[in-house]
Amino acid sequence: MPEKLRMRFSKTGRAIWLSHLDLMRTMQRAFLRAEYPLKYSEGFNPHAQISILLPLSVGVSSVCELMDFQLREDVDLTQLPERLTSVMPEGIVIHEAYPMENKSKFLKWLRVTARLEYDDRNLEEMAAGLNAFYAQDSIVITRKTKRGEGQTDIVPAIQTLNATAGERHVELEAMISAQEPTLNPDHLIAALRQLKPELAPDFAAFTRQEVYFENGEVFR
Amino acid sequence: MDARLERILPRVLKPARYVGGEYQQIIKDKADVDLRMAFCFPDVYEIGMSNIGMRILYDVINRMPGVWCERVFAPWGDMDAEMRKAGIPLYALESGDPVSEFDVLGFSVGYEMAYPAVLNMLDLAGIPLRSADRPDLTPLVFAGGTSCCNPEPMAPFFDLMVVGEGEEVDCELLELFRHAQKSGWSKTQFLEAAAQIQGIYVPAFYEPEYNDDGTIKTVHTTHNAPARVTKRIIEDLDACPFPTHPIVPSTEIVHDRVNVELFRGCIRGCRFCQAGYVYRPVRPRKTETLIKQGIEALKSTGYQEATLLSLSSSDYRPLSDLCDGMLEYCEPRSISLSLPSLRADNFSMDIMSRLQKVRKGGLTFAPEAGTQRLRDAINKNVTEEDLLNSCRVAFEGGWNGVKLYFMLGLPTETDEDVLGIAELANRVLHCWRQYAKFKNRGVRITVSTSCFVPKPHSPFQWEAQVTMAEYQRKVNLLRENIRARNVTYNWHDPDTSFVEAVLSRGDRRIADVIEHVWRHGGNLEAWGDYFSFERWMNAFKDCGVDPYFYACRERGAEEIMPWEVIDMGVTRRHLRHERDQAYKAVLSPDCRKQCTACGALKLMTKGGCCDA
Repeated sequence: MPEKLRMRFSKTGRAIWLSHLDLMRTMQRAFLRAEYPLKYSEGFNPHAQISILLPLSVGVSSVCELMDFQLREDVDLTQLPERLTSVMPEGIVIHEAYPMENKSKFLKWLRVTARLEYDDRNLEEMAAGLNAFYAQDSIVITRKTKRGEGQTDIVPAIQTLNATAGERHVELEAMISAQEPTLNPDHLIAALRQLKPELAPDFAAFTRQEVYFENGEVFR
Repeated sequence: MDARLERILPRVLKPARYVGGEYQQIIKDKADVDLRMAFCFPDVYEIGMSNIGMRILYDVINRMPGVWCERVFAPWGDMDAEMRKAGIPLYALESGDPVSEFDVLGFSVGYEMAYPAVLNMLDLAGIPLRSADRPDLTPLVFAGGTSCCNPEPMAPFFDLMVVGEGEEVDCELLELFRHAQKSGWSKTQFLEAAAQIQGIYVPAFYEPEYNDDGTIKTVHTTHNAPARVTKRIIEDLDACPFPTHPIVPSTEIVHDRVNVELFRGCIRGCRFCQAGYVYRPVRPRKTETLIKQGIEALKSTGYQEATLLSLSSSDYRPLSDLCDGMLEYCEPRSISLSLPSLRADNFSMDIMSRLQKVRKGGLTFAPEAGTQRLRDAINKNVTEEDLLNSCRVAFEGGWNGVKLYFMLGLPTETDEDVLGIAELANRVLHCWRQYAKFKNRGVRITVSTSCFVPKPHSPFQWEAQVTMAEYQRKVNLLRENIRARNVTYNWHDPDTSFVEAVLSRGDRRIADVIEHVWRHGGNLEAWGDYFSFERWMNAFKDCGVDPYFYACRERGAEEIMPWEVIDMGVTRRHLRHERDQAYKAVLSPDCRKQCTACGALKLMTKGGCCDA
């Protein structure tokens, strides 16, 4: 029986606007186009056994997406990235495929960067303000949950965060908790809107850069 | 990506519709391109990408060296508002470039209710709406699609309109345009030359003159334009390219699957059906061609579903062989095969049970009318026996739902015909009680009615549409007489049908109404979210146009129709004969039993024959 496999891929450019469901459908079709036989579930309405470790929000870029899958036969994994990428829509690039060794629950940290755009504010001041803001001991935001509104302190989910002023925008880099608790990068901006609107950017674009184990090693 | 676009996309519904980048989209190097065409579809992405005509023409036009054809769809209201607020003009999906920079805009207009959306797209592109306000050769704004068989309501807006199938004529047109650009022709010079190509109608060269009663007295032609414009067809479909590497949308669309087009035209001649007349003559593809194209498309797209398309798939002679050939590839790969537009007869039911091995949801039949007399009058060759037999097979085979479609307001309809719908539904229910395999699951019988819209180039083109009040009376009558608990009755409101009736048989004076509606907020009128009856009625009033003159008036046998200038092949005499037969409730044989010399054969100029 072929083993469980994992692949790492990017979702950037125009592809960032695909929803998680769009991406799942796109993946299944791409495997068929590349003639890699995905394993399907048994039953009345068979579906491909693929699973994306950390579903990505629409509009967020990533160069470190991980997807688990199984094939019905053994294939040369070194060829898979190129062959699969060649049948993908623009913006989805497969980097590597390998036998899955680490269970997804051990994925803990996520490094993200963000481009924060301020149309008519001083970028140096913004960067300084951001560093001070996120250095607080506690940042409690209100967010919508399935059971109405909830209060969450986002500080425990931020390991490091650094803002630097660039020429046109502020560059933010942060190491945040990917699971237990999950911090959606959007919450970093929501915190500004709710608590410090003068620091809230006119536009923010996030990119997932890398995923890590609890101990800080790169997760694969 | 445009930085302004990047900012608005997170705020709109389904942003994936607005970015392009799908697998198998066609990207060309601008350095190799000297003619750029924006293929504009006046509805949203999910509808436009489901349109097979658009898929075919995108493929054909992009096969032309030096020509790059890109897609443009209508943005939904939220995106429209955001684009206008941010100052983003209408852009094409492949390159993201503004449509106003293109050489040619070609609109695919399949249905009348899309007219205001055409104007909205032109406006969003920053292009003047009326042809007369665009003095330069570039950009050229033209249209094609079924609605062009009555080009008049949109005549002032388009520089030219293409009548019939576009595979050949679109390319001829673009070649001529390229030549015109290189030679520095004026717009008029170009249009004069274009008007000489068969299938091209240049509205500016035709001037209608009206009688005092509002009917057309005569149409004056200028610039040496032909008196009548004859529809174009593809004679040999097997020799014509078909998109076997279509774009695979990354986000869900309405018909998200591989299309296999069996044939064009229809042998049935249902008298209410415009499509049955305007797509003649009948031209099938060979089974080998279809299987080859179907498999190639499945391989290139990764779709898990294919559909066999035509106006009446049971009339494809080798349908059984085709299904076998397709199933041989599809079955082992768990690819499902769907077959819409089947007739309610035994042969079709046999095919259906072979295709639908797993899922057995609902079946849809369209008897169209409730009594045999009226079905004969409209030449719908389906008997009650056929229908009940099909239902029996379906119920025995485990289906537990049937949808029945009807029209109210058909010519010659009486209350007896209306009540016949309720009786037919009851018989279907009785049939289920007798034959159902799984009675404990219950049954759902859905009856739907819509208000009949008489269409140009059909035998009922002379007929008056029933008034909205009369339709409502018929609906109420039917409602009171559908009593069974298992039978649900849905009816469509008549107000959309009324507007559709005005637009479909309108003349040039309707153009002002369409523009008025758009200027007052009308846009995607086929969508309930946008359609406002009041807005249309206000527009008719403000423009001094009586909508009842167009919708509810019976035309005289000799009256000159606004679409008289368009020759779809079938003769007016044949249409009138069919209309007269309807009033006698006399059936005409289908074309396969006996050719009725409808006139469409003359379109086969290269020696082909109508394969009815």
